[in-house]
Amino acid sequence: MTDQPNEVNPPRAESLMPGDERNAPSPMPGGMVGLMPDKPQKSYSQGQLVRRRFFRHKGAMVALVVLVFITLLAFTSIGIGPIPGWWGKNYTSTGSAIDGGRPTLGWFTIGEHPFGQDTVGRDFFARTMRGTQISLIIAFVVGIGSTIIGTVVGSIAGYFRGIIEAILMRLTDLLIIIPLLVLAAVISARAGGSGIWALALVLAAVTWTSLARLVRGEVLSLREREFVSAARAIGTHPARILFRHILPNTIGVIIVSTTFSISAAILLESSLSFLGFGVRPPDVSLGLLISEYQNAFTVRPWLFWFPGMFILAIALCVSFIGDGLRDAFDPRQNRKGD
Amino acid sequence: MALFGKRSKTHAAADTEPADLAAPVLSFSGLDVKFGTEFGTVHAVKGIDIEVRPGEVLALVGESGSGKSVTSMTALGLLPGNARISGDITVAGKKVRELSPTALRRMRGNDVAMVFQEPMTALNPVLTVGTQLTEALELHGVAYGRDAEKRAAELLTMVGIPDAERRLKQYPHEYSGGQRQRVVIAMAISCSPKVIIADEPTTALDVTVQAEILDLLRSLKTELNTGILLITHNMGVVADMADRVAVMYKGDLVETGPASEVLTRPTHEYTKRLLAAVPHLGARDSAPPESIRESAAPAVRVDNLVIEYQRVGKAPFRAVDDVSISVNKGEIVGLVGESGSGKSTIARCALGLIPAKSGTIEILGTDLLSLRGKELKGVRRRMGVVFQDPASSLNPRLPIGDCIAEPLDVHKVGDARSRQARVMELLDAVELPRSVFNRYPHELSGGQRQRVSIARALTLDPELLVADEPTSALDVSVQASVLEMFTTLQREYQFACLFVSHDLAVIDMLADRVVVLQNGEIVEQGERTQVLQHPTKEYTRRLLAAAPVPDPAEQRARREARYELMKELGEKSHELNIA
Repeated sequence: MTDQPNEVNPPRAESLMPGDERNAPSPMPGGMVGLMPDKPQKSYSQGQLVRRRFFRHKGAMVALVVLVFITLLAFTSIGIGPIPGWWGKNYTSTGSAIDGGRPTLGWFTIGEHPFGQDTVGRDFFARTMRGTQISLIIAFVVGIGSTIIGTVVGSIAGYFRGIIEAILMRLTDLLIIIPLLVLAAVISARAGGSGIWALALVLAAVTWTSLARLVRGEVLSLREREFVSAARAIGTHPARILFRHILPNTIGVIIVSTTFSISAAILLESSLSFLGFGVRPPDVSLGLLISEYQNAFTVRPWLFWFPGMFILAIALCVSFIGDGLRDAFDPRQNRKGD
Repeated sequence: MALFGKRSKTHAAADTEPADLAAPVLSFSGLDVKFGTEFGTVHAVKGIDIEVRPGEVLALVGESGSGKSVTSMTALGLLPGNARISGDITVAGKKVRELSPTALRRMRGNDVAMVFQEPMTALNPVLTVGTQLTEALELHGVAYGRDAEKRAAELLTMVGIPDAERRLKQYPHEYSGGQRQRVVIAMAISCSPKVIIADEPTTALDVTVQAEILDLLRSLKTELNTGILLITHNMGVVADMADRVAVMYKGDLVETGPASEVLTRPTHEYTKRLLAAVPHLGARDSAPPESIRESAAPAVRVDNLVIEYQRVGKAPFRAVDDVSISVNKGEIVGLVGESGSGKSTIARCALGLIPAKSGTIEILGTDLLSLRGKELKGVRRRMGVVFQDPASSLNPRLPIGDCIAEPLDVHKVGDARSRQARVMELLDAVELPRSVFNRYPHELSGGQRQRVSIARALTLDPELLVADEPTSALDVSVQASVLEMFTTLQREYQFACLFVSHDLAVIDMLADRVVVLQNGEIVEQGERTQVLQHPTKEYTRRLLAAAPVPDPAEQRARREARYELMKELGEKSHELNIA
């Protein structure tokens, strides 16, 4: 268990200098002495390091808590599918608007209709919750779907180069030059009526382009690294090289991009619903709620504010989490600026 | 030239004085640097005292992580924000830590200048060399406009770049590596600083170019009376250049003294170890290898190999031209040459990583270039590879154990238990503790990572090992232990080895036969003793003459011999060219 006597293993102060790429992705001065026999030190894997840094990012942690809270609230309050929730009203049944449908939410009271009622007396809390559910589902399906498509396209183009790359990247360019909103509107108008899952998949099919380019760039640089050459030299199958050696090293880029595409999807769905191409009534989404009641803004501002605040909260939370993840995956985040 | 002419005249008197009477131009006293990091504080420099006098070269020697670069950066006030510095740093009578940002900026360039390791990154690729040189002159108010351009041309001529006026309009990529370093030196001396900090100025250069740049640097101190703080890990460079040596180890100054003292009679244990680790050309006994393996079948036979790189819009670049090499079983063949000689290209082609234009590569009796799919995988099973950069040759996301077991997994050899046993066996063989099994590459030092690379290469008991500069990214002492281990393993496993290196001394230590390459062609090949001790070709002689040895007296003699050779070959001097 002893180290080579003539192989000194000092903490690498030089690796702390910004711009030192040789010790990337993780210049870890503490870990460098991890093998000294008299100094047992905890061994951190890359994943553990990332987790450690992420949990220290206050903004991201607050955002994570808020997002989990919103998700739980949305899904438990009015229930999902056949499972009933704890909130007694649903988002479709109409009734008489009490007190002009004003919100009953006070500082310490919830009241009958905390978010108020709409013009036909539907409980607006239930509607907002339903909208949040739909928006969250769309956001995560789009986030995950576009990540999968983007990663596959980008990594295949980057690894195999040549004609495959030319075809895939020109396809990507083609999608990029068509305005996203127009493309999404046209396709979802065609697929309209087949529910939110179809809509989410359509959105995923048009939003993967930026990730594909990012991943391709990463793979292009990683495939020239010596560990990839070493893997090829021992006869490793390309698929194995791609999935075991290259993609795990692009995980930072992928995760960060996913979080941003999630918040972009919420906004995109809102825009589409606002324009009338997204979720169709009687179902609701946050964007649809806003567009439905845009004329009521002057007389019943709560019909705008509540869904608006939820869109804002979800998008902000996801962005903050993305920010925290980006910082956590960036090896230069290793130093404390004191 | 007026300015420099004057300077060297005024200092003519100072030159005759003993150096220790002049006031130091750069001094550190009680310098202490700490870095705050996520994992606590790293104590990089632990209270050291160093002085550099005018016209003197002080070599700061140590391994990576010893704090030598950090020390030099404090003189320029260029440390990152998480550094905590205490102690005094004086440059030309000014206390660096008390200077305002403006004064600090004025000091950089005027009083102290820097020559960086990598000349390509030290120069801005989108600006012409002329613009970059005049910028420095104009910023410091030395000359403006036309005058600045004239001065820039003079500076280029001084550092030995001919046709200066035309070359000022060129971009850095149009210069060769050595010329780029000359430009960096020209920029450094443009404002006639009193001290120059040269941080590994020749590490990125070929050995013959290194000798030229050292000639140039050496003339700076005599002609301009500049003090030079030379940071290096190459003991040969120290012997060639330094008046005094300071040895750093883990942030401490362990030994200082005149170069002739420290290098020949080191007192500190660490210095002794460092010097003992330096591979010495001609140190291995000159007896022919104990077993002549000529009867053995060749493990590799390369015949008339031509490799070309396709270039868009240009004729293809011929990297390797008509090369024939053979490596017998159980034999180490050293491929040596400068950068661009095609040695790594040959190695990569022998691994089947890049295609050949023409010629054949026969590996273990089968033609590698005609193989596809399964058969190619079968041949690759019998080969191992070790690459140069230990930081890049291991997948950062795989624990060491998985990494070494990867070839077993790829070729479906054994089960989980037998694989683990094999990994443990290999870890023992490369002298790593078994506990690294669960560690990640970033937790290991460079030398340890290279041991892991070697273990991975040996996993499948290869009959052939291709090693592409396996020790050139390592510190000398680490290099020594890795090479020693490599020799032991080769004796034990009896694999044939194609060993690529630019370092003649390393090749001398390991190889049975040597192939010298230049510009993609073979210059000379034969038995090690014959090629390295009685070279017949001019290029080999130049290579051998340019390699510095870590003994000042011997190095001086070698330098004289090199000047003789240069004269014989009609080459001009590389010293500062003051008209």
